[in-house]
Amino acid sequence: MFDIEKIRRQFPILTQKVNGKPLVYLDNGATTQKPRQVIDIVNKMYSEYNSNIHRGVHYLSAKSTELYENARETVRKFINAETPEEIIFTKGTTDAINLAAFSFGEKYIKENDEIIVGLTEHHSNIVPWQMLCKRKKAKLKVIPADENGELKFEEFKKLLGKKTKLVAFAHVANSTGIINPVEKIIEETRKTEAKILIDGAQAIQHKKIDVKTLDCDFYAFSGHKIYAETGIGVLYGKKELLETMPPYQGGGDMIKSVSFEKTEYADLPLKFEAGTSNYVAAVSLAEALNFVNSTGIENIEKHESELLAYAEEKLSSINGLKIFGKSRNKTSAVSFNIKNTHFYDIGMILDKLGTAVRTGTHCAEPTMKHFGITGTVRASFAVYNTFDEIDKLYEGIIKAQKMLS
Amino acid sequence: MTTEEIQNEIIEEFSVFDDWMDKYEYLIEIGNTLQPYNEKNKTPSNLIQGCQSRVWLDAEYKDGKIYFTADSDAIITKGIIALLIKVLSGKTPDEILKTDLFFIDKIGLKENLSPTRANGLISMIKNMKAYATAFKAKYEQ
Repeated sequence: MFDIEKIRRQFPILTQKVNGKPLVYLDNGATTQKPRQVIDIVNKMYSEYNSNIHRGVHYLSAKSTELYENARETVRKFINAETPEEIIFTKGTTDAINLAAFSFGEKYIKENDEIIVGLTEHHSNIVPWQMLCKRKKAKLKVIPADENGELKFEEFKKLLGKKTKLVAFAHVANSTGIINPVEKIIEETRKTEAKILIDGAQAIQHKKIDVKTLDCDFYAFSGHKIYAETGIGVLYGKKELLETMPPYQGGGDMIKSVSFEKTEYADLPLKFEAGTSNYVAAVSLAEALNFVNSTGIENIEKHESELLAYAEEKLSSINGLKIFGKSRNKTSAVSFNIKNTHFYDIGMILDKLGTAVRTGTHCAEPTMKHFGITGTVRASFAVYNTFDEIDKLYEGIIKAQKMLS
Repeated sequence: MTTEEIQNEIIEEFSVFDDWMDKYEYLIEIGNTLQPYNEKNKTPSNLIQGCQSRVWLDAEYKDGKIYFTADSDAIITKGIIALLIKVLSGKTPDEILKTDLFFIDKIGLKENLSPTRANGLISMIKNMKAYATAFKAKYEQ
């Protein structure tokens, strides 16, 4: 049974007041709040098990290493990867994409090769590819979008060709909440030699992800967007592919042996995890996934899609409010502007009413440019949000609109 | 009036509001009364691009004093701009350079000047001071 009150009680931060008003946290696309069990496990890690992993012969190091590797296994199961070696712990999605761009690019991208990205990507899924293209004199191609912000599949088909080495796109566009046609893009790409990277930062917390069914080559996501600590993320990669890629960074933990004549790199996944990993955050990620599993990702998806439908209907009734990114395939975010007002002013007034939203370009300047705007207000939902909170958002917008007109 | 006196006057004006709503409403009102900015001067070189709001700033040097005009697409930002202009416009480069803008903190709008806010205001203040330095070098030395 999905009991929203029971869920909310697990998130201590939600009970506080902001600017004298009960907090309405609708900035979940930026980061999610943490359930008690995640906060507790971090505390427990430092109170009872802290020790550097993969090094010591002593009890604590063994314990810490075990928890870290168990976390890897929890992640593997969560996204249904084949083996734990396919799970690389990173700092977050950005780090994961940079790793892929560097290591895959080093091995497989040559002059005049082509990489395709979507127009509606987060900067994190644009800039690393631009950097790679610059380094290798390769070309970046962009899948155009229609006026609603949906990627044009037919145009994508035209871009795809013999020179295409990689297709990188978001599972869910962060600035609009639109779910991209992942299956179709993958199916089409599989007709070529190109590899596929999916930026799952805005999908992992909302939908069941099965990398085997998807058949993508890489899938990247962040822990902090799925109720875990900050500073941890995952790059899933197919084992055969990861094995052929050179390391991203050099350092401790990623080697078998080091001498000034010859250094041998460690096997997967450690080859890609130079230096001390954020093992505490990795354990917190596993605990967050336990929370999601016990709540049920299907229940979360259902609740959030009801919230989204309610929010879109309610907000659409506001005079002059325009939603950016209208689509039947959406999850957990409403991006909007109100005629004759500025998103920053709306956000500032909502903040004073205790409601936290994101305003600005959402690190997706090309998307904003596409819509011909400089930014939006974005309300994004998580498992603990309620219909009542959407009512508060609605009332806040009405109030702001009155003040600003 | 010195820049310090003007700032104290603003603090005095804002002290009557104990509610944030009244304060914001007043700020919006001041923003609306800001001297219109010449659209022709909305040039890229006058634009301070922020992720949240955009600010345009222009300056003119006349009889030893600097006169600022500015605009923003966000009204709350515009309100703060109006206050900054009230304090710094029509002052000599030296006065502008030595002014410590303490009033923003005192009237409870400090969050608007956080470097992470990216609303253009911090850069606007920097640019106002930069204009003072430049005009001073050009006309007074």
